[in-house]
Amino acid sequence: MEQKYIPKSSLKAWLAKVKDGGKQIYAPVTEGGKTSFRRVKSVDDISMEHVQTAQSAKGVAFPRTEKLFSYAMQPGGVALQDYDSANIPHTVVFGLHPCDAAAFKPLSGIFGWDTGDKPFGERMQRVTLVSLSCSKCDELCFCTSVDGSPGSAVGSDILLTAVGSEGYLVEIVTDRGRALTEPHAALFEAAPDVNKEELLAHVPVRFSVGAVERSLAGAFESDVWKQQSARCLGCGACAFVCPACACFDIQENPKGSASGDRIRCWDSCGFSLFTLHTSGHNPRSVQSQRWRQRLLHKFSYMPRRLSVRGCTGCGRCSRACPVDMNLWEHLSELENLKN
Amino acid sequence: MNALRSTVKELLGSGAIDVFVGYEKGTRLPRPLLAASADEADKLIFDETCTGNLAVYLTRKDLVGGKKAGVAASWYAMRSICRLLDENQLQEGAVKVFGLTPEGDLKPFDTLADLKQHVQETPPPPKPVEDEWVREIDAMPAAERWKFWTGELSKCFKCYACRAACPMCYCTKCIVEVNRPQWLQPWAATMSNVEWQLNRVMHMAGRCADCGACGAACPLGLPVHIIAHKMAKLVAQSFGEPTDKGSVLSTFNPNDEENFIL
Repeated sequence: MEQKYIPKSSLKAWLAKVKDGGKQIYAPVTEGGKTSFRRVKSVDDISMEHVQTAQSAKGVAFPRTEKLFSYAMQPGGVALQDYDSANIPHTVVFGLHPCDAAAFKPLSGIFGWDTGDKPFGERMQRVTLVSLSCSKCDELCFCTSVDGSPGSAVGSDILLTAVGSEGYLVEIVTDRGRALTEPHAALFEAAPDVNKEELLAHVPVRFSVGAVERSLAGAFESDVWKQQSARCLGCGACAFVCPACACFDIQENPKGSASGDRIRCWDSCGFSLFTLHTSGHNPRSVQSQRWRQRLLHKFSYMPRRLSVRGCTGCGRCSRACPVDMNLWEHLSELENLKN
Repeated sequence: MNALRSTVKELLGSGAIDVFVGYEKGTRLPRPLLAASADEADKLIFDETCTGNLAVYLTRKDLVGGKKAGVAASWYAMRSICRLLDENQLQEGAVKVFGLTPEGDLKPFDTLADLKQHVQETPPPPKPVEDEWVREIDAMPAAERWKFWTGELSKCFKCYACRAACPMCYCTKCIVEVNRPQWLQPWAATMSNVEWQLNRVMHMAGRCADCGACGAACPLGLPVHIIAHKMAKLVAQSFGEPTDKGSVLSTFNPNDEENFIL
């Protein structure tokens, strides 16, 4: 992997040049004490001091609401206008942490499974991920428990790691990353001789994910789901802030009776309506079954079917939860489950 | 703490309650705990930091349906419980309420009539922060106010944590989930988010305990509880404080003022 160095003073100049070159920059911005990803107007607005944004960066490829196609009734038929990829901007996602970059793999696993999902695929083709290693973490981070690391380059096109307060080690991981640095080579310097590990946050390992996954294999009928989910309120906060959750609903936005749009929007397996059948039967009628589904999907079904885990240890679900459903704490409990 | 734990164990042991809805130590703040055994009761805590409104669990049939429950209640949770009783969502005898005295001691309520009296006689804990929000927003010209709220609500992604955390949102099928006809657009977008919050708050008119659980639950920190707080003030001002004779939107009084009709 090619390594470079960029002084802090050149970083924004680089991003400004990338932006002027026609790419949009999707990056964390702090406003009113809250930090969230958005398409920035000026690179000066970018925040790099936060531990974690409330929402992940997944919206760049899987927006919360998206038009899939439009239709219009015509004499003798229906005119369809397919998904329009022409207006999807080329986007550099900047300043996401390694846990977010890694999460595009499970998302791609889901949207790429069987028939590839066109909107997701088209968007991903236009995305470059420039991540930032974590130099700090909080008590809800657990990337190191799910094979990640605060300095992992997995999933990133470029990974930056702060070296002191004056600049960044630049690891150029992919060709797409190279295409972003090469035209601006003058802004980069030779990589310093540093031990990257020493520059990273210390994220404690909370559980053995192998043991958790072995434990889950026989846990379907366990009482643990009822115990753990008793306080769960059944909202979708965990799923919506999760960088790897991909469930969606399909809705109709009619414009009068003769035309309209078909819309895709985020959904959550935690909602009671999620599996409700037209007949009135609901195979997951209570919250404990929905909590079980959430964890088994991420730590059992996805690893088995897609060879990728549905969790990268970002801890957002735990921060977002109104009733403190601390995920690593629940997973630690599962590790020691007596089936 | 020990008084609470031993009382709960005694009640569980004697069969006076089947489950106690209380708080345990959480990662950052106390979190809900549904204790059904002596072991679980040993984890219970209850002090002034326990502010989440636990009344929300009392209508959850999968958790407390057909059971007798004890509950640790903040003042606002007590008001929620009174309203749930008035709306026939709770049964006298099925819920045993515990509050805290100003000194922090456990205060059991023998009957729900006692609870109602306590709620009526004790002034609500002040809400200086919320009052200041309302003052600032009221002072905005209409266009600026509209910009403020559409700006805030444009961020909402419709996880419905506000609804899930609300003790008064006990419908098994919410208006936003009705699709024949589809009253509200269920996807997240600025105007459909505004519609959702307006609907949510209108359904709370005269029912809302003003506990702030909706805003506290929002993972994006949107001030949705301020809309509820303003609504509670408006209802009290226009129709008087809510009574146990039905809420403003479910009752009709020929003497009601109609000055709110534009």
